[in-house]
Amino acid sequence: MATARETVVNRPAAKKPAAEPAPSVKSTMPTKTVFSGSIQYVQILNENGDADRAALPDLKDAEIVKLYEAMTLVRLFDQHAFLLQREGRMSTYAPSSGQEAIQVASALALKPTDWMVQAYRENGALAIRGIPLENVLLYWGGDEAGNFCELDKRTLPIAVPIATQLLHAVGVAHAMRIKGEKDAVIAFSGDGSTSEGDFNVALNWAGAFKLPVVFVVQNNQYAISLPRSQQTAAQSIAQKAFAFGIEGVQVDGNDLFASYKIASEALKKARRGEGATLIEAVTYRLSDHTTTDDASRYRTQEEVESWKKKDPILRLRKWLTAQKLWDDAKEAALAERNKAEIKAIIHRFESAPQPDIADMFRYTYEEMPPHLQEQLDAAKKAAGQ
Amino acid sequence: MPNLTLIQAVNAALRQEMERDETVVCLGEDIGRNGGVFRATEGLQEKFGAERVIDTPLTESGIIGTSVGMAANGLRPVAEIQFEGFLSSGFDQIVSHVARYRTRTRGSYPMPMVIRSPWGGGIHAPEHHSDAPEAWFVHQPGLKVVIPSTPYDAKGLLISAIRDNDPVIFFEPKKIYRSFRQTVPDEEYTVPIGKASVLTEGTDVTLLTWGALTRPCLKVVEALREETSLELIDVRSLSPLDDETIIGSVQKTGRAVVVHEAPRTCGVGAEIAARIMEKAFLSLKAPVLRVTGYDTIMPLHKLENHYIPSQDRIIACIRESLAF
Repeated sequence: MATARETVVNRPAAKKPAAEPAPSVKSTMPTKTVFSGSIQYVQILNENGDADRAALPDLKDAEIVKLYEAMTLVRLFDQHAFLLQREGRMSTYAPSSGQEAIQVASALALKPTDWMVQAYRENGALAIRGIPLENVLLYWGGDEAGNFCELDKRTLPIAVPIATQLLHAVGVAHAMRIKGEKDAVIAFSGDGSTSEGDFNVALNWAGAFKLPVVFVVQNNQYAISLPRSQQTAAQSIAQKAFAFGIEGVQVDGNDLFASYKIASEALKKARRGEGATLIEAVTYRLSDHTTTDDASRYRTQEEVESWKKKDPILRLRKWLTAQKLWDDAKEAALAERNKAEIKAIIHRFESAPQPDIADMFRYTYEEMPPHLQEQLDAAKKAAGQ
Repeated sequence: MPNLTLIQAVNAALRQEMERDETVVCLGEDIGRNGGVFRATEGLQEKFGAERVIDTPLTESGIIGTSVGMAANGLRPVAEIQFEGFLSSGFDQIVSHVARYRTRTRGSYPMPMVIRSPWGGGIHAPEHHSDAPEAWFVHQPGLKVVIPSTPYDAKGLLISAIRDNDPVIFFEPKKIYRSFRQTVPDEEYTVPIGKASVLTEGTDVTLLTWGALTRPCLKVVEALREETSLELIDVRSLSPLDDETIIGSVQKTGRAVVVHEAPRTCGVGAEIAARIMEKAFLSLKAPVLRVTGYDTIMPLHKLENHYIPSQDRIIACIRESLAF
């Protein structure tokens, strides 16, 4: 795994790791160290928009500009989705503001034949993957048709129960192994997921079978109201990889360049059959958990402001500007284009037809059993149809 | 044609389907090298290799959750859960995902998988090895639940379950895994899911049961032959239930007794009774009665025979129905 210079990031005061693990039994018996490890933190583009040129990933300038534009669109989409909910035009929505870099970077590193497995906050990844954003609105707006599941997209639908989707990712990868496919799977989850049993089961299984899975844990510092420091006593989430015999790395999740580089390398490693990686992406959830949450009840505005300074979009804009690839005129033009695109997305969302009552029934099984047909008839009758 | 035990019939079905369809894979604890603790998968890893007959780490949630992903990526996993009592460790994956994926994805990602598990009491086993939790899964939309009671049905239903593009919970009554043999065709055949089986025809009382209790119920039919004519139905498919056969029988006899080893309250007997009331009320000469396990935790084996419905309890209930 390539590393750039180490940077201290916003972390509580860390204990100094012991130089040599102390023997657990004080005696004169000889011991040998059976395990030791370390976790590296990687950053290329810092919050001031400065980047180590030598460490930049293999991306053309035009591509980087396009990624910037995608991130701004997703950010604007997020803001509008929130407004739609507040206006009663959509129900509960999980915003992804602040997490655009790691999501966009991870999805970009995927090949079309790779698979993507999400939780429910990966709008940036979906956008790069080619999922129409109006599908996101359709889903949160109460229509399963928003679950965009054309098979060739190789993207699994939104998974609500925390961490459970990680096993699905592992199963997809295990099928790849059985079928001899040389692709990889990326599996998203959050810091909260690492306490769930299925997180541990998934990483253990991926390790035991040496499966091509890249676990991207977006540590956005909160699981609803529980801060990261109370979720686990582990110094880092990345180090949990050691427990399962897989590789672990911590990356600045607000740094598009480092995120892309780390994700790419992990996916390439997976495709080569060299096993799984746990990437802990350190980022921040700028908005509330969902539109029904009020984060001001459990965190300070000072904290939010301090993370706004580390905004992934802001630092990339600074870098692009310094590289003479961006300016205010371009920004204004982009804002207009994004506004128009969002308007079109919302229009497509609100033009979607009301689902048919039969939709509740027709996808329960491949063939409708008699008792369901009776119930469908009764439901239609009750609705005056 | 060979005479097979129920467990041999399960093995035969797995072997033939894995030969016929290379996307069928088996996974579970101790199923590969060890052939399964009941030998259901004996010889399969030898024949099909360790990639298709997978010895998994110790995790039911993992077995079922990875099966979801395998199914999404084109395989037809047959997952073994070592005893029905351990299904609860994978319950979240079953009800949150296995049952829902087709609905959630509008049919794009169906779950053509089987979860098979030794089920039911009567073998003097420890706690969690003797339960009958079928009602939890019958209550979950999106699943199918079948319980064969003969070697013939076991092979045919398991082949149907493997070929079904929907998830099937396949409970194997462990008490009768080896207790009798039956002629089972060598070639492949299916027994349809959704159809009950009339074991004996009769006119006075419809006796409905499933799993190992079909055996004592057959003895009850004989024991009461002079007294009454019993129509014994092996329900076999608990989800979906075969309303046509069940209701048709009660419309003929006018009396129904349901026998199951699972606890009474909200057992599948309650659902059957409700459907009989809704659809055959005017045919009834007596209330639908149930002989069931009690609403207690299944005891350890010293009291097992007092928990599981006995021939005496079944006979008493039939007489109660006749005397109404």
